Amino acid sequence: MTSMNAPLLASSALLSPPALRFDGVAYSREEKALLGPCSFTLDGIGPTLVMGPNGAGKSLLLRLAHGLLSPTQGRVTWSDDRTPRQAMVFQQPVLLRRSAVANLIHALAVNKVPRGERVKLASGALERFGLTACAKTPARVLSGGQQQRLALARAWVLSPQVLFLDEPTSALDPAAIKAVEAAVREFHQRGTRIVMTTHDIHQARRLAGDVLFLSGGAVREHTPAEVFFDVPASREAQAFISGELVE
Amino acid sequence: MENNAFYVALSLLLNFDAPLYQIVALSLQVSLLAVLIAALLGFPLGAAVALWRFRGRGGVIVVLNALMGLPPVVAGLVVYLLLSRAGPLGEWGLLFTPGAMVIAQVVLVLPILAALSRQKVEEMLGEYREQFVSLGMSRARMMPTLLWDARFALLTVLFAGFGRASAEVGAVMMVGGNIEGVTRVMTTSIVLETGKGNLPLALGLGIVLLTLVMLINAGAYLVGEFSRRRTG
Repeated sequence: MTSMNAPLLASSALLSPPALRFDGVAYSREEKALLGPCSFTLDGIGPTLVMGPNGAGKSLLLRLAHGLLSPTQGRVTWSDDRTPRQAMVFQQPVLLRRSAVANLIHALAVNKVPRGERVKLASGALERFGLTACAKTPARVLSGGQQQRLALARAWVLSPQVLFLDEPTSALDPAAIKAVEAAVREFHQRGTRIVMTTHDIHQARRLAGDVLFLSGGAVREHTPAEVFFDVPASREAQAFISGELVE
Repeated sequence: MENNAFYVALSLLLNFDAPLYQIVALSLQVSLLAVLIAALLGFPLGAAVALWRFRGRGGVIVVLNALMGLPPVVAGLVVYLLLSRAGPLGEWGLLFTPGAMVIAQVVLVLPILAALSRQKVEEMLGEYREQFVSLGMSRARMMPTLLWDARFALLTVLFAGFGRASAEVGAVMMVGGNIEGVTRVMTTSIVLETGKGNLPLALGLGIVLLTLVMLINAGAYLVGEFSRRRTG
């Protein structure tokens, strides 16, 4: 990973984020096909919302895209032929058993940010996400909403070109959801490619630039958000939007 | 009253009887040094076994777990054979010195620290793995992070190791020789003084040893409580 500095951030906002391409990607475990094969390209400005019923393969798709899992078939590639800086925010934030600020400093240290810059970057991110008052608090005693904001702050200090979020608000109350959505918009404005799963259709309407709709381990639809919500093409998506129980 | 062994033992303790405290001090020095060395070797070893997949890993885990119950006299015998004049390390001239006792206790404690830290680190890795991979961390980079995050659990493990080292008698007796003023520690002198019928000194040392074990367990308990509050 490269080091992060302010000029780099400013210019990256002007460039379009790296495009993600799935080429016949499939994933199976113990002979059981769980996803795909599917092919699509995420090259719009996004944010891309990955939607679909439970078990459709949304989280799996995110993990394959992020490289946490390797596809059993096909290829995941990026537009400029090298893997961009990326980060992921999980449904249950995984925080170290340390203070909030130490969590950020650890992420910076792992990414070889010079020692002298770590504290400044970490405090900046804590301030941005409204966590300055609990900088010294052990991360694991923070509230659920604060923990998720800290996970976002940790992603923020890494200046990712791509940010994956896996149902980041499913365990949160409305106020915390609002904060997370605001953070997602900030990442988006900074020029970060956002790929986020949700099963909350209202959230998708608020955030989506385009929608990738999955059901039964297959990509049924990839369309701009307006199109998806107004005139969904696939039968599964129609049923999903009209509130039927889709399997 | 003055012939009561328990009374004499207490007066020895309260009057800071020099031979008694010398024995206590040597015991602490030997066991603390042994636990320190065992921790420096055992914690990274445990974390490495938790992190890396290699051929024979299952065997290593079984051996470490089994060696937690290594009889002290067997550890003593092995170290004795190594350090005796004719043994491979005989040139070091360590037999019947505190150094030999430290080595024997390291042999006893190392498997405990390695096996228990392997368990703790592996548990924690299960929880952290995806986040670590997401952060682009190598296994080698994960090791210090995991060891630090498991610090409270490892401190409890350290207490367990110290408890084992300070309470055993077989190994230090065999390789130390229980030489007065040189290698005589609490456990070996309790054996000796009881045999001689010098019950007050044996009992006094017994009280100190028991208190020490109590303190160790209280420490482990407090660490557990503290870490629960810190980590929710």
